[in-house]
Amino acid sequence: MKAVNAPIRKKDAMGLVTGKPVYTDDIAPKDCLIVKILRSPHAHAILRHIHTDTARKIPGIICVLTHEDVPKLRFTMAGQTFPEPSPYDRYILEQRVRFVGDAVAIVAGETPEAVDRALKVIQVDYEVLEPVLDFRAAKDNKILVHPEKDWKALCEVGADNKRNLCASGVNQSGDVEKVLSECVYRVEETYHTKANQQAMMETFRTYTYLDAFGRLTAVSSTQIPFHVRRILANALGVPKSQVRVIKPRIGGGFGAKQTAVSEVYPALVTMMTGRPAEIVFSREESQTASSPRHEMEVRVRLGADKNGIIKAIDLYTLSNTGAFGEHGPTTVGLSGHKSIPLYGKTESYRFCYDVVYTHVMSAGAYRGYGATQGIFALESAVNELAVKMGMDPVALRQLNMIEEGQVMPAYYDGVNTSCHLSQCMIRAKEMIGWEEKYPYKDMGNGKVRSVGVAMAMQGSGISGVDTGAVSLKVNDDGFYSLMVGATDMGTGCDTILAQMAADCLECDVDDIVVYGVDTDTSPYDSGSYASSTTYITGMAVVKTCEKLKARILAEGAKILGCREDLVKFDGKKVFRLDNKKSVSLKDIGNQSMCANDNALFATESHFSPVSPPPFMVGMAEVEVDQETGKVEMIDYVAVVDCGTVINPNLARIQTEGGIVQGIGMALYEDIIYDEKGKNFNNSFMQYKIPSRLDVGTVRVEFESSYEPSGPFGAKSIGEIVINTPSPAIAAAVYQATKVNIRELPITAEKLYKGMKENAN
Amino acid sequence: MKIKFWLNHVEIEDEINPDTPLLEYLRGKNCYSVKRGCETANCGLCTVLVEDRPVLSCGTLAVRVDGRHVVTMEGLQEKAKEFGEFLADEGAEQCGFCSPGFIMNVLAMEKELRNPTEEEIKEYLAGNLCRCTGYMGQLRAIRLFLEHKQNLIRGGEAS
Repeated sequence: MKAVNAPIRKKDAMGLVTGKPVYTDDIAPKDCLIVKILRSPHAHAILRHIHTDTARKIPGIICVLTHEDVPKLRFTMAGQTFPEPSPYDRYILEQRVRFVGDAVAIVAGETPEAVDRALKVIQVDYEVLEPVLDFRAAKDNKILVHPEKDWKALCEVGADNKRNLCASGVNQSGDVEKVLSECVYRVEETYHTKANQQAMMETFRTYTYLDAFGRLTAVSSTQIPFHVRRILANALGVPKSQVRVIKPRIGGGFGAKQTAVSEVYPALVTMMTGRPAEIVFSREESQTASSPRHEMEVRVRLGADKNGIIKAIDLYTLSNTGAFGEHGPTTVGLSGHKSIPLYGKTESYRFCYDVVYTHVMSAGAYRGYGATQGIFALESAVNELAVKMGMDPVALRQLNMIEEGQVMPAYYDGVNTSCHLSQCMIRAKEMIGWEEKYPYKDMGNGKVRSVGVAMAMQGSGISGVDTGAVSLKVNDDGFYSLMVGATDMGTGCDTILAQMAADCLECDVDDIVVYGVDTDTSPYDSGSYASSTTYITGMAVVKTCEKLKARILAEGAKILGCREDLVKFDGKKVFRLDNKKSVSLKDIGNQSMCANDNALFATESHFSPVSPPPFMVGMAEVEVDQETGKVEMIDYVAVVDCGTVINPNLARIQTEGGIVQGIGMALYEDIIYDEKGKNFNNSFMQYKIPSRLDVGTVRVEFESSYEPSGPFGAKSIGEIVINTPSPAIAAAVYQATKVNIRELPITAEKLYKGMKENAN
Repeated sequence: MKIKFWLNHVEIEDEINPDTPLLEYLRGKNCYSVKRGCETANCGLCTVLVEDRPVLSCGTLAVRVDGRHVVTMEGLQEKAKEFGEFLADEGAEQCGFCSPGFIMNVLAMEKELRNPTEEEIKEYLAGNLCRCTGYMGQLRAIRLFLEHKQNLIRGGEAS
């Protein structure tokens, strides 16, 4: 192996660091109509009349579209494999608005000034209705978020729009009540994670035009080009053959762009006017009308015997999907299925959930996808169990953690085929100096330093669903083109897929040109989400390379005038085993372009019946001011088992970045609504993501197992890395203050109040 | 109204609206390295140099640069590449959307601070948000870059 496991520079790196115009808005045609959205100031209302006459008369305004202009076709913006588990519950524009920020009208014009003026003069007669804002009161509330008759759930997910239910379900194994009743130690607590914004630096944006054949083309900052093709076809009522989606470079996604948040608006304008159109979400829109993490409340019941063996786990998750059901039925599953299996000695588990509609912005996909919420709850409960037992939380985990070869009942009875979790724990403990630092150290100046621990898992793709394909061809002079349908959103998948191909083909990474994504020419890929690209699309690369090599061998044998089994390929040439005569790949490439009937082209698709979990351990060291409750991050160590590390640099950055996002979730980030449903956190002024002053030091190492079903032994890395900070930091903060914060974020106010209560 | 200024060392005279932010004006002049990440001067993505000092072009009206020298990354390609190589070797550009603004500020810092400590570096760059990398890789790149610059100076002194 040469390229795999090497810290190779990202293929697009130098273009990005020199500021080349490669993102959606940089390459949009100058004559695009400017598209903006008029948004509702009410959380729940019926639009009685929209007065658009004055707006239409403004010079430069080309169209003002309302619910009267859109197809009455329910669809979902969720980027998921068809049939989508997310219900078909929205129109592009609707007479009913369901959250503050919901789209009321689409305005398109020649200049931003004209469009801004038009937005100001549109008058809307709202019949304001009472909203459902408390997600605990949403189920079976008399106020329905989706009373409409044409609401539709395509999959059996326990949804019922007449009960405000987007999904519900129960999974269990064994008699959890009986096992719990026999336990010596029990923890029963409820944990609350809030909606969080992905806050990628490039907000949602799309431009659309009709191509030379009159087909709708959308160039979009998206993680899911193929799903966007279907979503646009569904929303506009046009055949999928009439839609093409292109993904340029993307300024971050983190799951936000696994929902087609921006695409339908310029697409509708282009369809109505025939003109190119572009929408660029403002940061305010990205904060208030987007696709944040599902707020979840997770009730954990945990039981252990006298020796600390965790015998039973019972989880109930209440998830808030907001106004629409994007990713509602699926995220909730991970809160149980990707937390409970961390503990390998349970005799019984139960996992129940409800996902409810409310009148706040729709939630979506965010790195971790429900596992983050479930792991905060379960890992916090395990930390509380350790306190109850007077046991070191590391030792408690070492006693209970899942091991390689075990069956995981809460993970669809899957076998844990690769797992170095115990090595991760040992190494993390050494790295942070747990023995010296646990539980805390009084610094003598009113400040206390303390440490906390958490474990995490995720999946590698959606088993039996996610599909990745690549195409590979030999060009003249023997260079390769690798066409991918997976979407590099800055994470570097274009590069790591080329690294794998380079090792398969025994060539240099620079000999492989990567192109993605254009739905007209790229092979089908479900998209970059669910931690699938390295594991699923990576395997498609391995399979495709094998097939192409066979074609190269056949072509070489033909040129050398012998049977195929008498030749070999070493990456540079095909040579005969008997007389060592050879023909170079360069000559093969060139000759294949003249009088040739053997296309040097291969394409293979891959899916996996399993989704092997990556594992990790995170440990936090914090300093807490006992006077004010202020928490400062000192150090964070993470040891990750993602199987074989394909690119150590990129895997490290993924981990450091995910941990810092997780620190943001733990300490700073919150979406707060007032009593009428208005979102207070509509800018980076009010929604504070961590700056480089807020995160302390983050140190990362890898303890790689080898996953037999993955390419080169690889699993996934993208999502798991956000899962440990919240529970590890909460545990460290507890050691410093003896206050359990069970609702994120962990703010100075909550700690101060808790310490006051303890003192009284 | 009329302004006259230098954009990437080329003198420009232009008729502009008094309320046009410098950011939009520069993108209109094909300086696409200048990015908008927010509307509240919080993210640092739009950083450009005015008279060699880093400024947020979102919070600066274009009229304010009348008579001044404005440099965007389009006018600093060699230097961007020099530091960018260090960033790329850490994999710390990631999505790259914040890279131009960040690098403009790093280059300004390199000019302004002599042998900065880690704290000074973090302070100087605190206004440059990045959501992908967690900042650690950026810091590693900066350290190696500053070391490299020091070595160049020492090498120059030795010869």
